Amino acid sequence: MGATVLGRVHSIQSLGTVDGPGVRFVVFLQGCHLRCGCCHNPDTWDLNGGTAYTAQEIVDKAMRCREYFGAEGGITLSGGEPLLQAPFVREVFALCHEQGIHTCLDTSGSVFTDEAVRVLELTDRVLLDIKYTDENSYVKYVGCTLDKPLKFLGFLNERGIATTLRQVTIPTLNDTEDSVLALKEIAAKHPCVDKIELLPFRKICQVKYDNMGLAFPFRDLPEPSREIMDSLNTLLQK
Amino acid sequence: MEHKNWNGFIGGDWQNEINVRDFIQKNYSPYTGDDSFLAAATVRTRGIMDKVQALFKLERQRGGVYDVDTERASSLTSYAPGYIDKDNEIIVGMQTDAPLKRGVNPFGGMRMVQQACDAYGYTLSEKVREEFRYRTTHNDGVFRAYTDEMRLARRCHVITGLPDAYGRGRIIGDYRRVALYGVDRLLEEKKKDKAALQGQTFDADTIRCAEELYQQISFLGYMKEMAAMYGFDISEPAKDAREAIQWTYFAYLAAIKEQNGAAMSLGRVSTFFDIYIERDLAAGVLTEETAQELIDDFVIKLRIARHLRTPEYNELFGGDPMWITEAVGGMGEDGRTLVTKSSFRVLNTLYTLSSAPEPNLTILWSTALPTNFKRFCAKVSADTDSIQYENDDVMRPIYGDDYAIACCVSAMKVGKQMQFFGARCNLAKLLLIAINGGYDTTSGIHIGPQMPVLEGDKLDYDTVMERYDIYIEWLSRLYVNTMNVIHYMHDKYAYEKTQMALHDTSVERLMAFGIAGLSVVADSLSAIKYASVLPIKDENGFITDFDTIGEFPKYGNDDDRVDLIANEMTHKVITELRKTPTYRNAVHTLSVLTITSNVMYGKNTGATPDGREAAAPFAPGANPMHNREENGALASLNSVAKISYDNCRDGVSNTFSITPEALGRTSEERIDNLVSILDGYFAKKAHHINVNVMNRETLLKAYENPEDYPNLTIRVSGYAVHFNKLSREQQREVISRTFHEAM
Repeated sequence: MGATVLGRVHSIQSLGTVDGPGVRFVVFLQGCHLRCGCCHNPDTWDLNGGTAYTAQEIVDKAMRCREYFGAEGGITLSGGEPLLQAPFVREVFALCHEQGIHTCLDTSGSVFTDEAVRVLELTDRVLLDIKYTDENSYVKYVGCTLDKPLKFLGFLNERGIATTLRQVTIPTLNDTEDSVLALKEIAAKHPCVDKIELLPFRKICQVKYDNMGLAFPFRDLPEPSREIMDSLNTLLQK
Repeated sequence: MEHKNWNGFIGGDWQNEINVRDFIQKNYSPYTGDDSFLAAATVRTRGIMDKVQALFKLERQRGGVYDVDTERASSLTSYAPGYIDKDNEIIVGMQTDAPLKRGVNPFGGMRMVQQACDAYGYTLSEKVREEFRYRTTHNDGVFRAYTDEMRLARRCHVITGLPDAYGRGRIIGDYRRVALYGVDRLLEEKKKDKAALQGQTFDADTIRCAEELYQQISFLGYMKEMAAMYGFDISEPAKDAREAIQWTYFAYLAAIKEQNGAAMSLGRVSTFFDIYIERDLAAGVLTEETAQELIDDFVIKLRIARHLRTPEYNELFGGDPMWITEAVGGMGEDGRTLVTKSSFRVLNTLYTLSSAPEPNLTILWSTALPTNFKRFCAKVSADTDSIQYENDDVMRPIYGDDYAIACCVSAMKVGKQMQFFGARCNLAKLLLIAINGGYDTTSGIHIGPQMPVLEGDKLDYDTVMERYDIYIEWLSRLYVNTMNVIHYMHDKYAYEKTQMALHDTSVERLMAFGIAGLSVVADSLSAIKYASVLPIKDENGFITDFDTIGEFPKYGNDDDRVDLIANEMTHKVITELRKTPTYRNAVHTLSVLTITSNVMYGKNTGATPDGREAAAPFAPGANPMHNREENGALASLNSVAKISYDNCRDGVSNTFSITPEALGRTSEERIDNLVSILDGYFAKKAHHINVNVMNRETLLKAYENPEDYPNLTIRVSGYAVHFNKLSREQQREVISRTFHEAM
């Protein structure tokens, strides 16, 4: 093994319950090359920001929470786009597996390098963002093409890695029945997907943009109503 | 020994000696199933609850006190029987002759009674004043013996909340004994114990024991009289579930008529009741619906119990609590769970009767508890914010499997141990007094060893600690001596005859000390150690403020550098306390618990090196200071879990608030995640946690429009309150606490 890689960490949430199954230790990494209009963590974009940690330091911290993990929980690496720091993520996951800790990767699926593949070898579950189901929106509001996450998903399927598809539901952009049905269809084509989660678009991040002196691209879009979320979730269950 | 009312029970030692635990172990039915068997409230129960809710509303409208009987001193037979709805009540008995009417209890102290009457617009009758004119109260006795230094320590609030003006409480009678044995058998045993004193050397201890036994015997007689006034003869063992609950309640009722202790806890009765309920269910006498009805009616009685308090008292113990703590669940020493269907039934009262702070339902949590019960508890927490959790796996090895909780977090073997309650000292203030060489800048009082104000432009950790140690040693000795005075006088002038009659005659005593401001001290010492703390002096040369420059580790982030300082402080204090002998050879114990006094303690404490401003509230109990947690909830829990129960045998209280969203997306996920969190926290040997699952916005709305939220219940410390019964200041402090949120 080569010299220890340092990871750039935005923040640590010792109690995560919404990023993967069970109670999870969630590490938000710095760095993202996408510029999604709905992004709620613009402060994670800078790959050189945050605090430097070794993988061992992160796993030591996670180990202090392992009593809480129960049968399902574990660690989740999120971001930012964690795969921009793939060697670091791999090292964290390798150490976790040595300790029997379940690993989860929260990604946009837009980084599909050899190093990313080596991370996936040690990933127990992927939370994959499929932000939109049409090419136009992807190019316009994400900054990459839809085929990137789809190729990524194809690979997950090939390797049989348990996958949760996630989508932020954004009024006027993807809050339609058609959009949700298209997402379901993608899931259906990939048996590795055992769960789909719709996350309501939220604007509490406005203050982060203000603090950074940036414009929040989707500031004028409304948050989805509870009724819309309920009806789309019902459609998902059918 | 046999008794016809014991038919169907498995015999054992319990027949030949007073031994409720043995009866439970031989006869109870562990339950590992889920909550689907539970019944809803009956029409009768709902009718009674409607009446009670209307009374609660009137009580609120009258400023918190519905009525006061100023004509007589409260005791077991002072009042004619009272009822909510005589024809429909199943379990009967009132503290006075009407629900919510408070009695006056001057035995602990006359001054507090008069102040309380004045505060609520009542005048204590000439009759009561005359009766107590030539009578020494506990309060009188204490102040006769207090030294000047003890008075100063009280006045400058370095020791506060001492039970020197009213009943001390924190004693749990084994109320179950009355149901299992009947009063006559208990009388017989106590008479035997008294006769056995003959032939012994009659020194002070034996003479006191003889007199106490006389009082116990006499009050067991009054207990029978009291029950007879309600038409019951409790001489004999209870013959069915209804009688078992009624007899137990009479015993508890006698205790709260006699004593106005701050905490009048119930013990551990649900699984005991379950044995009778199971017998009646098997005999076809009860159905699930009528079994729930019995528990409901009993709990309604507990919910209307009241003591008359002063506004100053409410500042310390906000929300009008009684701490009718009932310990639920836990595991047996033989590995079987002590969870029964009645553990579920008593929790179910939070649904059948709506959420409420009393009784103070306390889950004795073990990682080995049945999963179905764990999940039900988590559901109840998420739905009602009314229950707390304490670590059975940590307590059982010390107290066995028939202990209960007095007040918030004080464990004791039921009927075998009692506690001398001792409130708490203010460790953060003590640090400031030490730095200033024996001067309290807040009150302007010189106290403790007198020496120069610490010199230098920057506080040096070792120098501060050396100085602090001197003051901890001084305060510990003063604290023990003060407690000795209090409890000597309480035994002398306000002895708890009823409750002690429901203990073994040879009882083990615990003396419970406490500390407030632990997180402030830990962070302050951490600041001195890891950052630069520059003292700022006033015109008289005393340090009144600090300029703290640089970063320092803060308690609540699972950082050993500071967390171990917190734990070390508890070790230091209990070690120093142990050096001074206690009254009646009580065992020294320590708690990290503040009730709601963290607001008042903060108000009386100057600015501290951690950056806390003068007069700002402390965090409650062992909580990290709010909003200093940077790594989320588990890191915060881990910090608290490091406070060792070995140092703090009287409990380590943590109050935890989390938004529903942060617990998971669906209600099922939230339940499972809360169970995982509790399992993890207690696997780390943490002692106690209050769980609130709510949004800050709810509290803000209740703060603005209290009348819209009459039943909003929230865990604040080792107990729960109706939010709208807290003072505005206490409400603001609760709102400012950390709410763990989803990121």
